Amino acid sequence: MAKLILEKPKGFCDSYERKPGDHGTTHYCPGCGHGNIHKLLAEAVEDLGIQDRTIIISPVGCSVFVYYYFATGNIQVAHGRAPAVATALKRANPHAIVVSYQGDGDLAAIGGNNILQAANRGEHITVIFVNNAIYGMTGGQLAPTSLLGMKTATTPYGRDLLNEGPPMKVVELLSSLDGPTYLERQAIMGNKYIARARKALRNALQCQIDGKGFSMVEILSACPSGWKVDPTDSYAWMEKNMLPHFQLGVTKDVRAEREPFFRTFKTLSAAEIVEQLDLAVPEPKHFPSKLQKTGYGDPSIKLAGFGGQGILSAGAMLANAGMEQGLQTSWIPSYGPEMRGGTAYCFVNLSERPIGSPTVSHPDVLMAFNRPSLEKFEPDVKPGGLLMYDSTIIDVKPKRGDIEILAVPATQMADDLGNTRMANTIMVGVYVAHTGIMSPAAIEQTLPLAIKRKNLVDANKKALRAGVDFAATL
Amino acid sequence: MSRILEEAITVVSAEHCKGCGLCVQACPQAVLALMSSFNSKGYHPAHYVGEGCTGCGMCFYACPEPAAITVYKKGAEYPDQEGR
Repeated sequence: MAKLILEKPKGFCDSYERKPGDHGTTHYCPGCGHGNIHKLLAEAVEDLGIQDRTIIISPVGCSVFVYYYFATGNIQVAHGRAPAVATALKRANPHAIVVSYQGDGDLAAIGGNNILQAANRGEHITVIFVNNAIYGMTGGQLAPTSLLGMKTATTPYGRDLLNEGPPMKVVELLSSLDGPTYLERQAIMGNKYIARARKALRNALQCQIDGKGFSMVEILSACPSGWKVDPTDSYAWMEKNMLPHFQLGVTKDVRAEREPFFRTFKTLSAAEIVEQLDLAVPEPKHFPSKLQKTGYGDPSIKLAGFGGQGILSAGAMLANAGMEQGLQTSWIPSYGPEMRGGTAYCFVNLSERPIGSPTVSHPDVLMAFNRPSLEKFEPDVKPGGLLMYDSTIIDVKPKRGDIEILAVPATQMADDLGNTRMANTIMVGVYVAHTGIMSPAAIEQTLPLAIKRKNLVDANKKALRAGVDFAATL
Repeated sequence: MSRILEEAITVVSAEHCKGCGLCVQACPQAVLALMSSFNSKGYHPAHYVGEGCTGCGMCFYACPEPAAITVYKKGAEYPDQEGR
């Protein structure tokens, strides 16, 4: 039965707590189409009886404040990422009705790939795409949907076909995909158009309620402020400028052919996850430390060198063995973007007590694998601390007298064993044997966790023992 | 107090109205107009001229502001207020 009273739909909050003073009105400019579309959506949410399970995603753009207005669930997301978040929401909560409300700058520009992928996957979401041919909130810049010849803040001479290309037709674009179920374009442009947009929006929501997949309505909407026309002239502007390019109507509708479908996911047991990720570790054993000196306890260790020297792996050897030993452990890598040759640092904390910060700016132990690292970090070592450096590669000597210094010809020793890249393991071997922070057996047992290539594990065990033997000669 | 309406009425909330004029443009009966006076935000709000409303609801859907327009159709229960 038709309603006898047309009033503010229940889908809206009673009061908008956006700013002090005015809790009754939206933030939109006079004549903005967002208000009409909000109204249609709120009304549909109320009429379809889905208010208690609807989640509306507010985008970046003028409609960012959607969360103040709708009495539904809401998440505000990063620019253009609404379809990705909607995907996660819907998959985690299949019963929810997820509505992604996006503008043209958000959906067609920065979020272009997000919407393509979500539509192609046929996600069970409804997208409301508000196309006003301009970036409204930021001050009227060119959008992908801006019209040819349209003067915007960034196209002061008008959009040029050869320079900016033609306006993007999003529903036509998505119609070429197999994934979507229902795609339509309508406009907020006067009474009969609003009635059609209202119907389209309800169809799109119903499509999701029926479990038939991806639905989207593109709604052409007025931006009187951005277009610099009066609200009452905006409909004529749309008719003259937008309609010739953006044809209204359904571009794809396979609701009748498509059966409701449901996504099921295989959930893995803890044991299966361990197996899939190859996380199986040997039975934990306790290797009590036999510290050679009390000052060696609870070390903060900095390992530094070039990428490719195994700095991070050496840190991982220590951290894995530390965990095996029941110590509190942290490991943080820090490296440049280069795959080889950039700087590579790694911070390791091994402690009997909880670790406050995993970063190490003043290490107890510095392992320097190249000259720049030695020169850069030697001054940072705590007085009484330990400095180990690869004396094969580093041709200068440390200068400080208040720290213990170990020169380890690690690269030479690794070369003697047949693989230069094992210098890191040798250094670790020297460190653990010299300080007694942990048993070399603890490192040996956890080596397979740090050495990705399983065929190199045995060679690294040899390198570890070479380091231990070297420490005995010191 | 409330009464059952024999004629439809459109009520514009002057404080919610932003004076965009879309409802005036949308009204098939031409019974809405912008006032010459201002509301507290400085807009000329729309108002119902008092008779001729058919309750079609065009203005309700044309209005972008959620709470600015309420349309009571013929037969609706209308909350009478002094001095509307």
